[in-house]
Amino acid sequence: MLLSLSQVSKSYGSVKVTDDLSLALAPGEALGIIGPNGAGKTTLFNLIGGNVRPDAGTLAFAGRDITGLDAAARCRGGIGRSYQIPHPFAGMTVFENVLVGATFGAGHGEKAGRPVAVRALGQTGLLAKANRLAGSLPLLDRKRLELARALATEPTLLLLDEIAGGLTEHEVRELIDCIQDIRAEGIALIWIEHIVHALLAVVDRIAVINVGRLLTTGEPAQVMASPEVRAVYMGLPQ
Amino acid sequence: MPEAAIVAARFDVERGTRASRVAAGLGLLLLVAAVAMPWWGERAGQRLLTEFLYTLALAQMWNLLAGYGGLLSVGQQAFVGLGGYSLVAFGLHAGIDTFLVVPLAGLVAGLVAVPTAAVVFRLRGAYFAVGTWAVAEVFRLLIANSVSLGGGSGLSVTQTVRGMPIWWRESLTLWCAAALGVGATLGVYWLLRSRHGLALTAVRDSEAAAASLGVSVRRIKWCVYIAAAVGCGMAGALIFITKLRISPDAAFSLDWTVVMFFVVVIGGIGTVEGPIVGTLVYFALREVLSDYGSRYLIALGVVAVLFMLWMPRGLWGFVAARCELRFFPVQRRLKLATETQP
Repeated sequence: MLLSLSQVSKSYGSVKVTDDLSLALAPGEALGIIGPNGAGKTTLFNLIGGNVRPDAGTLAFAGRDITGLDAAARCRGGIGRSYQIPHPFAGMTVFENVLVGATFGAGHGEKAGRPVAVRALGQTGLLAKANRLAGSLPLLDRKRLELARALATEPTLLLLDEIAGGLTEHEVRELIDCIQDIRAEGIALIWIEHIVHALLAVVDRIAVINVGRLLTTGEPAQVMASPEVRAVYMGLPQ
Repeated sequence: MPEAAIVAARFDVERGTRASRVAAGLGLLLLVAAVAMPWWGERAGQRLLTEFLYTLALAQMWNLLAGYGGLLSVGQQAFVGLGGYSLVAFGLHAGIDTFLVVPLAGLVAGLVAVPTAAVVFRLRGAYFAVGTWAVAEVFRLLIANSVSLGGGSGLSVTQTVRGMPIWWRESLTLWCAAALGVGATLGVYWLLRSRHGLALTAVRDSEAAAASLGVSVRRIKWCVYIAAAVGCGMAGALIFITKLRISPDAAFSLDWTVVMFFVVVIGGIGTVEGPIVGTLVYFALREVLSDYGSRYLIALGVVAVLFMLWMPRGLWGFVAARCELRFFPVQRRLKLATETQP
């Protein structure tokens, strides 16, 4: 297994946001995560990305226990992450934003990191805006920048947090093409998304999360057809 | 997305600007003029320039801390004071040559900053600010209670420069200040242009994203804190070479940090040019308002508040945003050599 979470729990005060959750991902696998708002999806990414530490349970990545590693170390180890709410480095250019990932995440020197950054910009369609200040980008480009930076860290696992939200139908199709190209390179990914048809076009498997627990996981079509999922996620009567 | 096919485009990265090449030439001329001042200037002007240069060094250090590292320290006087008292310990007591004490003071401040960092880095935001201040007060009280360092009333350090011709002493002081002021500016500039500058600027803009891209946020902040302590320590030793008298209240005065803060805020926080502009404005205001006694301090305070309200990026931030002017270009501009095909 590339990534495995064993009985991971996390609470904020008396609220259990992740409750005894176990999950595994094979190398190169693409997993989609759905669940109602407040189900604990982003907290799950914070746990995998190292932004928060679990109260209980362990995480292993590429055969190594990573429970005690911070976000920077996990990134250098191969976990690339994009944020749901983009965090651009507003005072740096788009190119420099991506270069941070290529040098510190992928561990290149600055010279060697440049082509890696340029490639990530090309993959995400940001080359033409490479010299713009990231703070001046509109939302769509900020989301692309999140993806480009994560790609430049040369990840073996990519965490995508709602990058299709707010995109037009045409843009969603472009994004799907882009993510399929990323997959073709053998990068595993976990994608949290509410735009279900985008997920279904890319992922091998879907996991449904509700109130911090793993409700079910399996073949996308099967999961989406399950009455339990329809009740929890789409609010349809069982 | 559409450009996925052209990822192998040839490219180049450009750093300098025309303004930066002009500025480098002008800066060099100014530096030569400043260093040669003992041969052409008068003594009062030379002293003012010395003060200007060490204030610039202090401001660059605080800008590095707060503008890039996000470390809002109000306790940098701790290291200015330690630098000053290094002069007493090494210059007066141990008899080491006065100007050799300056780098030594940097070393002392840097070493003391290591355990200090271990304490204050446990605190965040406003607590960090108050913590650094408290640490500076602790140092002040420790020194005030040690008789060998002159106790609470302080002592004269004139002995350290006795026998040195006054022309020679004032020239050395000026050159030392030039080395610190220019060194701090070029040092910060060099740092920002390097690979570490990417990380530092990333931390300035978003700590969470920087960490998720592999930047060790804590380590980089630690390095910045130590570097700023070294800079302030060296400046501290030099300051008391010019004053020739030191006391705990003067050495560990909050005023040192207030001046750094004022200069950086009005000049433009988070830019290399900002502290230079800020120091110029600070000295100009001081000359203009010096006849008004304590009302001058009120005026400075009002100016700082007005800047924070209406020009939060400072004078330089205001100018740079409007006319793309960069004297110290740290940006990397990507030039694509081949046209992109769909």
